[in-house]
Parts: sequence; C-alpha cells; structure tokens
Amino acid sequence: MSKFDEVRAVASDILGVSAVSLNVTSSPETIENWDSVQHLNLVLALEEKFNLQLSPEEIEQMKTLGDTAKLIESKLHTSSR
Amino acid sequence: MSADHNPTNRRAEIDQHIADGKFDRASSALRELWRREAGSATASFVSARLDQLRDKLSLAKFKLAILRSFTVEPILALLRAEAFAYGIDLEIHVGDFNTYVQDIVDAQSSLYRFAPDAVILAVRTEDVAPDLSRDFADQSPEATRQAADRVAYSYEQWVNSFRQNSQAALIIHALERPTPSSLGVLDSQSESGQSGLIRQINRELRRIASAQHGVYILDYDALVARHGSEHWHDERKWLMARLPIAADHLLHMAREWMRFLVPLTGRTAKCLVVDLDNTLWGGIIGEDGMTGIKLGAEYPGAAFQSLHRALLDLSRKGILLAICSKNNLDDAMEAIEKHPGMLVRAKDFAAMRINWGDKTQNLREIAEELNIGIDSLAFLDDNPFEREQVRAALAEITVIDISSNPLEYAAAVRDCPVFERLTLSAEDQQRTAMYGEQRQRAGAEQSFQTKEDFFRFLDQAADLEPVTDLTLARVAQLTQKTNQFNVTTRRYSEAQVAEMSRQRDWNIFSIRVRDRFGDHGLVGVAITRDEGEECEIDTFLLSCRVIGRTVETALLAYIAKSAAGRGRERLVGWFLPTKKNAPARDFYCQHGFVELQKNETGTLWMLDLKSSTLSAPDWIKLNVTKTAATR
Repeated sequence: MSKFDEVRAVASDILGVSAVSLNVTSSPETIENWDSVQHLNLVLALEEKFNLQLSPEEIEQMKTLGDTAKLIESKLHTSSR
Repeated sequence: MSADHNPTNRRAEIDQHIADGKFDRASSALRELWRREAGSATASFVSARLDQLRDKLSLAKFKLAILRSFTVEPILALLRAEAFAYGIDLEIHVGDFNTYVQDIVDAQSSLYRFAPDAVILAVRTEDVAPDLSRDFADQSPEATRQAADRVAYSYEQWVNSFRQNSQAALIIHALERPTPSSLGVLDSQSESGQSGLIRQINRELRRIASAQHGVYILDYDALVARHGSEHWHDERKWLMARLPIAADHLLHMAREWMRFLVPLTGRTAKCLVVDLDNTLWGGIIGEDGMTGIKLGAEYPGAAFQSLHRALLDLSRKGILLAICSKNNLDDAMEAIEKHPGMLVRAKDFAAMRINWGDKTQNLREIAEELNIGIDSLAFLDDNPFEREQVRAALAEITVIDISSNPLEYAAAVRDCPVFERLTLSAEDQQRTAMYGEQRQRAGAEQSFQTKEDFFRFLDQAADLEPVTDLTLARVAQLTQKTNQFNVTTRRYSEAQVAEMSRQRDWNIFSIRVRDRFGDHGLVGVAITRDEGEECEIDTFLLSCRVIGRTVETALLAYIAKSAAGRGRERLVGWFLPTKKNAPARDFYCQHGFVELQKNETGTLWMLDLKSSTLSAPDWIKLNVTKTAATR
C-alpha cells in the first residue's frame, strides 16, 4: 500500500466516507464531514498510525489529502525510526 | 474468520453483513476488527457501524456524561468501541468546556436532563487549581495552603450538590501533580510543596468519595505514571486544542474509564477459567514432568508466579477461579498440589475440568457447576487456536487476549476490566471458601430420602433484617448481579437503595443464611412498596447458591406477615420473564398466589393476606430484626 493509500484508509474511517470517494485533492472544502473537529481527529489518527508528532505548522500544511500524504512521507524519511 | 486479512476487506465484509441483515455476524466481525486494529481510525469506523447496529443487538445500554475542562472529543469513539467490545452501547453527553460547576449545581442543567447513569468529572489541576499549578511560585505558603483547602472544599460542595440532583455514579479524576514542579527538587522536600498539596487534596477527594454512595476516584497520576508523563502529555496539542493527552495514549484514557464503566454496567466476570500448560506454568506437565516445567522464583518461571499472584488478587475480590485443561488428571493434580513453585493450589479453584474433552463443553459444565451464566466467565489460554474456538462457540465469554510472552500474562489479567469491582463485601472475600463448602453440601444432598429430611439435616438459620449502612453495598450488588432467581430483575445502585430505604412506603429486607456447612452470607433481598390496600413486591431475589432450600418461602412468608401487620390486604408482585430467570417463574404460583393479569411484559400475581396460609417452614430457624433501618 502506498503512503497515500494508507492515509486515505485512515481518512475514510475518520470522515466516515468510502475510500474510493477520496483522492489527492480531497479537502475540508470538498468533503462535507471534514470540519475542524474531524481535522483534529484525523491528525491524531495519523500520529497514532505512523507513530509521529505533527507540529501546528505541519498541521496547517495539511490542506488536502495529497498534501497530507506527502507530509507524512517526508517525515518518515527524515526521522531516525 | 476472513481468509484475507486486508483491513479494507474486513470493513467491506462487515458492511456486507449489515446489508444482508446478518447483525450478529456483523457484530462479531466488528469485535474482531477492534481486537486486531484498535486505534482512533478504527474506532471511528466501529462507532459508526455501532450506530447502525445498536437497535438490532442486545447490548447493555448505558448513558455516560462527561464534564470537563479539556478536550475529550477525540477519545469518545475509542470509548464507544471499547464499550462495544464488552457488550455495552454507550450514549455519551459531553458538557461544555469548564461549565462543570454550573452543570452540577443547576438542577435544570443539560446534565440532569440527559439523565446519565454515570458521570465522569475530568478537570485538570491547571483549571481547577491555578494557584497550585501555574501561579504556585507567586504565593506565600499560607496562601497555597488555603488554596488547597478551598479546592477540596469546592469538590465537597459539588459532590453533595450532585448527589442531591442525581443518584448516578460519579467518577472524579484526581488532580494530577504538576510536572515538573514549580520549584524543582525543592518541592519534594516538604509536604507543603506543590506535590504535597495536590496529594492532600486527593486524600480529601478520597474521603469525600467514601462518604457518599456511588462516588469514585480515578487515580489520574497513576495512569499517567504507568505510561510515562513525558509521553502521555502533548504540550503542542494542549496549546493548540486543549487536548492534554498525546495521540497514542487516548486509547489508554478510554480503557481507564472502562475500568469503572464495566463494573457499573454489571458486565463483569464472576469466574476466570485458566488453562494449565504454558499458562499457569512454562511447558507441558505430561511431557516435561514435575522437574521440567518452568515455575519458580527465577526467570522464566517467575513470570508464571506473577500470574498466580494476579489470580489470587482476583480471588480476594470475590472472583472465582477454575481450571480447564487438556491433561491427564493425575499429572495435573500432582503439579498443582506438589510443585513447590505453585502459589495457587487446588483449594483456590472452585471448579476443574481436566480431561481430554472439548474445552467448549467443559466451559459450559463449569458455568453450570458454579451456577453462573456463561457470560460471567472469562477464559485465559496461551493457545490462540483454543481461544479462537471458544470465542466462536461461546460469544458471550470474555476471552483474554495474551501475547506469546508469559511476562505479559499477569498484566493482561490485571488490565481486564471485567475483573474490576467498585465495592467489596464480606461475601466477596470469602466466596471461594464458600464454594468449597457448597461442594460438600451438594455431596450431602444426594444421600437423603426426602427433601424434607435434607432440609432438616441442613440445619439452616436465617437472619432477616431491614437494610442498614453495613448491608447497603451487598444489597445493591445483589440487585445488579442476580439473574436467575429474580422476579423483576431491577438493577439498583447503592445510592438508589439508600434513597428507597428513606421513604416511608418502601421496605427493603435482606436475608442472611447459615447452615450446617457454613455461612452463606447475605443471599436474598426483598423490596416492597405499600400503596393503599396493597403491598407490591418490587424486587424479590435470591442468590443461586440457596435456590431450592425453601429460604425463599421463609422470606416471602415474612414479607406477607409484615404487610398484613401494616394493615395491607393484598400482596402483589410481577414476574417479568427474561432469558435467565426461569427458576423464578413458578415462585408466586407455588406459594399460593393467583394470577391477576398477564401481558407481553409479564404476569401479575396476588396473594390475599386475610385468607393466606403462607408460613415459614419450621426447619429454618428465623431470626428477625425489627428495628427501623439505621439511616
């Protein structure tokens, strides 16, 4: 599974929408359920799943699912895990 | 079990089961999903599917309110998923930020309109005692001491106010010590440092909780310490979103709450059944022999001794132990009785099935022998195939998941919420010994000619008295746990029983029974309410250990006599059938009651007190305490 697929699986659970309805451009603007409460839940679920911590600035960068997957990927590469 | 372990497939399967109307299969697949992938994302999925399934499954419904000074929303799905795994359908109401005082003192608040079964009060030290956290160093020692007294006093007021408005259980987060402390190591050098004062407040909280019924303290510091304060706390989330708990510890908070919610809903286990080989000791007794199995004070046997200690601690809480093992009886018994490393012996087990038969059948027999429901059993076995088989065949049993590492067994048992108890009675502490006595009794019963001979031989004595402060906890506990000989299965908390006993028209009696073999303790409860010419039996129950010994006749005869003494003309009572209370179905009929009414909930029975000939059997020595309840 690619990083994007994994991120999409998490988002599917959190946002309560099917994985197939999500793509790289999915965002709070395109997904009805994706409000600030869900955004926090999404951040926490990603931190838990990928065992990392996202800073407030990084969370700001998570504007779409595509951005999110790229962010996670870069963090996992640069970390010493 | 799905052959393809792809998480997407598991979810798709669950949705397919729901679409096909196969709700029980959806439910067990959902539980398995949760077991394999517990976490925030899965919790959202589980919680959403639970919403679809809740009306189709027989789950225990429970209403929980959370009053808080910090963000708890991301924990809720985790809590609902955990609760679902234990057969509980949680409906959760969350109070607004920091409105906990208003919510509690205002009798019309949304909290009370929600009518919760339990309330969690989760407030951070920073929020309720800023003088003792952020602002500590700014103040004089006198000012901080006064601040500590104020905080404790406030909690006392809130608890009293809450109790006036609700009989629900109240679970209070104890205050966490600020770390690091304001003054560094200087702080630990006196009792009036930050930590000392927080400790003092928490001691007061425990005192306040024990002065009321149904108020409990959650030791937040202990929870955090276990996981490590530095990992537990997420400073960035706290500043960003007022969430003080890091992402990977949210589940631990949910599980800590479950340790209170499970006993409050009564979904507890009454008996833990354990395997022997590679569970109670390392190795296989039939192959490795007494000298080959690993069991002792040194590694690796020490891990198993830790488990033995965990089992003994369960015993002390009134939880029975049983053995279910595929072994030759002689080999197994020799190890149990003679191996020097065993910390548990035969006498610690209330039942044993050591044979080569099917474990599922053995478990059913154990439940029957101990006279408890299958859903009251928990099962511990190192073999994942045995666990899976039992889980598939007996969905109601709590099968404890353990890793293949014996070092983790004791903790797995200690962490399991079905073993948590919020009260402990004298009966609980002696339960195992009583089961030993019961086996002696069962042996005696077979050798008598008539039942009456046996009853006389038993030499029973019963103490009947109105409920008192000392018996309150046990009385409430019996209403919560008794399923078989229970005509109406009404569950009452201690606070509710206390409230009823204060009312003039309500009478609550308990019966305690001793016989030739020992003291059974408090085994029966009758709750009645007078209205006009009638005395209605709201609750009549007997612990299964004394069914069929005419104790129920003695209690019923006494109820009738005292109702007549108060001028009532009729004694009435409903029988509300459940899956488990068939043993009580003919109770009223057998005692001369006539059927008054029958509908889809049950049957109403009536005894005309003027013409009744109901009397206590003469082979029970009755000792009646008439004094009014000492409340």
